[in-house]
Amino acid sequence: MSTDQSARPFNAVSFYAFLKEGKFMGVRCRENGNLYAEARPIDPVSHSNDMEWHELSGRATLSTFTCISVAPASLEAKGFGRNNPYCTGIVTLEEGPRISARIAGVDAANPQNIRTGMALELDLGEIDPDEPGLVFRPA
Amino acid sequence: MATTRPRRLARQVSIVGAGLSQFGAYADKSSRDLFVEAFLDMQGTIDTGISASDIEAGYLGNYSADLFEHQGHTAPIMADWLGMTPTPITRVENACASSGSALREGVMAIASGMYDVVLVGGVEKMTSLPTEGVTDVLASAADGLYEVPAGLTFPGIFGAIAKAHMDRYETNLDHLLKVGIKNHENGKLNPKAQFQVTIRDMMDRRKARSEQRGEPVPDWSDELDFLNDARANPWIAWPLRLYDCAPITDGASCVLLVASEIAEQFTDKPVHVAGIGQATGRPLHDADELTSLSAAKVASAQAYEMAGIGPEQIALAEVHDCFTIAEIVASEDLGFFAPGEGPHAVDQGRTARTGDRPINTSGGLKAKGHPVGASGVAQVIEVYKQLRGEAGDRQLDNPNLEFGLTHNVGGTGGTCVVNVLQRG
Repeated sequence: MSTDQSARPFNAVSFYAFLKEGKFMGVRCRENGNLYAEARPIDPVSHSNDMEWHELSGRATLSTFTCISVAPASLEAKGFGRNNPYCTGIVTLEEGPRISARIAGVDAANPQNIRTGMALELDLGEIDPDEPGLVFRPA
Repeated sequence: MATTRPRRLARQVSIVGAGLSQFGAYADKSSRDLFVEAFLDMQGTIDTGISASDIEAGYLGNYSADLFEHQGHTAPIMADWLGMTPTPITRVENACASSGSALREGVMAIASGMYDVVLVGGVEKMTSLPTEGVTDVLASAADGLYEVPAGLTFPGIFGAIAKAHMDRYETNLDHLLKVGIKNHENGKLNPKAQFQVTIRDMMDRRKARSEQRGEPVPDWSDELDFLNDARANPWIAWPLRLYDCAPITDGASCVLLVASEIAEQFTDKPVHVAGIGQATGRPLHDADELTSLSAAKVASAQAYEMAGIGPEQIALAEVHDCFTIAEIVASEDLGFFAPGEGPHAVDQGRTARTGDRPINTSGGLKAKGHPVGASGVAQVIEVYKQLRGEAGDRQLDNPNLEFGLTHNVGGTGGTCVVNVLQRG
């Protein structure tokens, strides 16, 4: 993997490698400025492939969520499941794009107390370096 | 630049036979056994008979025998087991819309003039894996790089859609549960359904079992009371509970498609394919709206346009209720009800068999069962039977049935296939 950020390919390997380095990098279309949290090599709206990396602030709001009691194997291994549900959902980044993310630091056993619209921030400490995925927590 | 010209079939296509395997959990049946069962059932419905050697091509919907049964390349195996070799057959995979898309390929193959007689089916053998394994296989229809690492499961994504619907409209948890109650009432009347029981039947059984064991008998007053009890109906992905989710099912489906000009050689009651539509959507986080599947709107607009009708002319619909919220969203995306009105329509009984807009008279995926690769064609079969007046105890009491619709979703709207069928 190149240490020159701009030279890294626009793919998920780069995206999660950045995340492990503490950087939340999205991509931006140079033609029309469209931003994506996913590392897309083509802007699906403008159809341009003239993309560049764009660092995201990690500030977001909670758009919708679910609290999962039947966990997939990877999260069951972290202790989540029937007796310890976890919260995940869709966050809207302050820069505009939406992305799927797990939500830490909320009471997933009492989802009626979790509020959509709440302010969130990226939680780098919760991200598992072996199986990286986005995690946010209340700001 | 996408073309917007009206799309037409170069010649008309009709359904002249339909068959389903029994839907359920069958330790002794592999996918080929299920598919043979559906084929034999279909053969029995062709008034003038049909032999495997009369079929010119096949299209098979199958999501993942690879992961469920460690069996890839499933289409030629099905063809061989029917005695169809060397006739060409092609597997189509679009997650839970696999056989909806297979049907579309079959329709286009006939419309192109290449073939006159085509077999289209679907099959899925799911109970060979434990529930956690099935959950992981189904999750592989979501985006493995950006949705799954966030901990989203299939019920989880639809749970997030349900929460968004509840935030935006007056939707509540009881609306979701009432979809399941309705679909089980229909499923009780479907002899092929996995669950031929109402929710009340299940509640009464639970009470009787407690009584037999000398345990305290739960004091549930009605179905909603039962379904709101987390001991009877545990959370899967809040706000979705167990009874909001379609079951894990083994099953197969198939139909015989022919060029309309020769349909009378097979039956005097063909059902015509009046309109077909298929569209593609993006993951929920990239969707235009969190309360709608854009692919369903586009696919239904295509199907209505081709059929030359609007949603008000649809007498019945089989929609993709993989989760109860999905039926409510579908009823809005298809134009049956305005956005936000879907839950009220359920409340008012409008989508019941006796309502003005019957949805999922078969029991839907919820009660009939959801062998994912078979579901799209199984939906078509219910509409076919209703339009021919052959739906038995669940036959709609409407002598003027002309148009029916099917809505088959792959993933969380990555694929949507909509068909408008017309009584011949």
